[in-house]
Amino acid sequence: MIRLENLTKTFDTPNGTVVAADKVNMEVPSGEICILLGPSGCGKTTALKMINRLIPPSSGKIFINGEDTSGLNDIELRRKIGYVIQQIGLFPNMTIEENICVVPRLLGWDLKRARARAAELLALVGLEPRLFLKRYPKELSGGQQQRVGVIRALAADPPVMLMDEPFGAIDPINREIIQDEFLKMQATLKKTIMFVSHDIDEAVKMGDKIAIFRAGKIEQYDAPDRILAHPVNAFVADFVGADRTLKRLRLITAEEVADPDAPVIARHGRAADAAAMLRNSDHRFLVVIDADHRPVGYVTAEEAEGSSGLVGDLAHPLPATVPVRADLRAVVSEMFAHDTLWLTLVDDGGRFAGVVTQPAVTRCLGETYARANAA
Amino acid sequence: METIQFVANNLGTIGEMAVEHISIVAVAVGLAILTGVPLGIAITQNRQVADTVLYVASIIVTIPSIALFGLMIPVLSLIGQGIGWLPAVIAILLYSQLPIVRNTYTAITNVDPALREAARGMGMTAAQRLWRVEIPIAVPVIMAGVRTAVVMNIGVAAIAAYIGAGGLGVLISRGITQTDSRQLIAGAIAVSLLAILADWALLQVQKRLTPAGLTR
Repeated sequence: MIRLENLTKTFDTPNGTVVAADKVNMEVPSGEICILLGPSGCGKTTALKMINRLIPPSSGKIFINGEDTSGLNDIELRRKIGYVIQQIGLFPNMTIEENICVVPRLLGWDLKRARARAAELLALVGLEPRLFLKRYPKELSGGQQQRVGVIRALAADPPVMLMDEPFGAIDPINREIIQDEFLKMQATLKKTIMFVSHDIDEAVKMGDKIAIFRAGKIEQYDAPDRILAHPVNAFVADFVGADRTLKRLRLITAEEVADPDAPVIARHGRAADAAAMLRNSDHRFLVVIDADHRPVGYVTAEEAEGSSGLVGDLAHPLPATVPVRADLRAVVSEMFAHDTLWLTLVDDGGRFAGVVTQPAVTRCLGETYARANAA
Repeated sequence: METIQFVANNLGTIGEMAVEHISIVAVAVGLAILTGVPLGIAITQNRQVADTVLYVASIIVTIPSIALFGLMIPVLSLIGQGIGWLPAVIAILLYSQLPIVRNTYTAITNVDPALREAARGMGMTAAQRLWRVEIPIAVPVIMAGVRTAVVMNIGVAAIAAYIGAGGLGVLISRGITQTDSRQLIAGAIAVSLLAILADWALLQVQKRLTPAGLTR
């Protein structure tokens, strides 16, 4: 848990006093990622760096797991907090192993334990320890270096991590990969994380909560979907963008809007049976499945009606299938690509898992607005 | 031909002179490292102090060595050392400050600010940052300064022969006063060779001291 109470930073400049952070109050619950988001100069980085006192606060308090950090000296405090920066900052004169071992060694771990930890962490991010422990940072790609930057911060298993645009310097493809890896790690590590970003897409993807900053103040602190669906003012609405509802698509998985009871029929079933099933339902088509419950095609009500053959002979191929865990952005993208209003979902084994329709997607996105209007 | 003959006949003496020469430069530059490197690091804390120190060091280098030796005679005579080994060492110690202090200062101030921030954020103390990060990264540039100091001052040490400090400069000064081109040429070549060899040897030391991660 990280709690900021009236955290304030003022700088004296020749042109008068500048308030970089103005009575910031917020709490990040344990195990959550909070994204500090805003335009440059909004105070998000200042707020972050006050937590490990790289920037000393002018006033206000910071609590970590309930403990007032003002009782700790700078050095003790920083060793308890993982810190990742955009420029990575791996020490070029040290091997990867030595880099990861820095904080554990500062904390007095013996060499053997620190080294074992380094190997464990490298394996965790998919870098073969035998190959990487003795290499130097220069010998690694940017993406590999950033992975090492992250695990170096995790080395002494700090409960709290501060990340200052950690994936900002990585190319877009690798950034997505590293973000996904990081989320997977976080699912088991459950660190309490403050994460500075200027990228709304990254914030929506990574954050359990997002704090939007402007001129040293928090404009809105909320779950990503709330920020996108219900920005509190014009500034937040502008900042998250005119396409903010589309961005919400990433927050919902196909599974959540799927109709799992969409009717199906076996490939060797009779067309007459298919017609009968559709007559008694609201559905206009049936998904045809094989013996392993895998979707292989579909038949429409019109075609089944009055036909005497087998379903398998009438079936059209499916334009595409999407995995249950795909987000709605991917689903809608497939729909647009194939000019269709519905898609079949499959589970990890390729078995039929329901149907997603465009109306179901729009209804799901719209619900929150309807509720807000009613209230 | 005559010169080769001269060198062959006097190898022992020339060798002794070379050792004298090396001892003057080695002691002086050694002391210059011990003073210049800490000074170069210390002045990174304050830009104004740094500018002043580097300015003074630059001015010292503009004083011709022969004039510096002359200036030191009355001062060091107070302790009976007006001429000889001591003023030679002091002059070289002073001349060495500029390359060593300046390179140290530049190397430390040029350490990537991201590394400094990472080190601070991880909870290293100022001393730990200096010893574990900043100095190792600065070593190649500091060593380059030491090499400049050594090469430059092997020449200065030759002139110290005029104040009785010995060394290979003796061959040159005798060659001039006795209009003996054999001694003059032998001395000049020996001084040049010594400078080249010293520079090469120190380059090997520099490679040794440079952390592997900076070169691979």
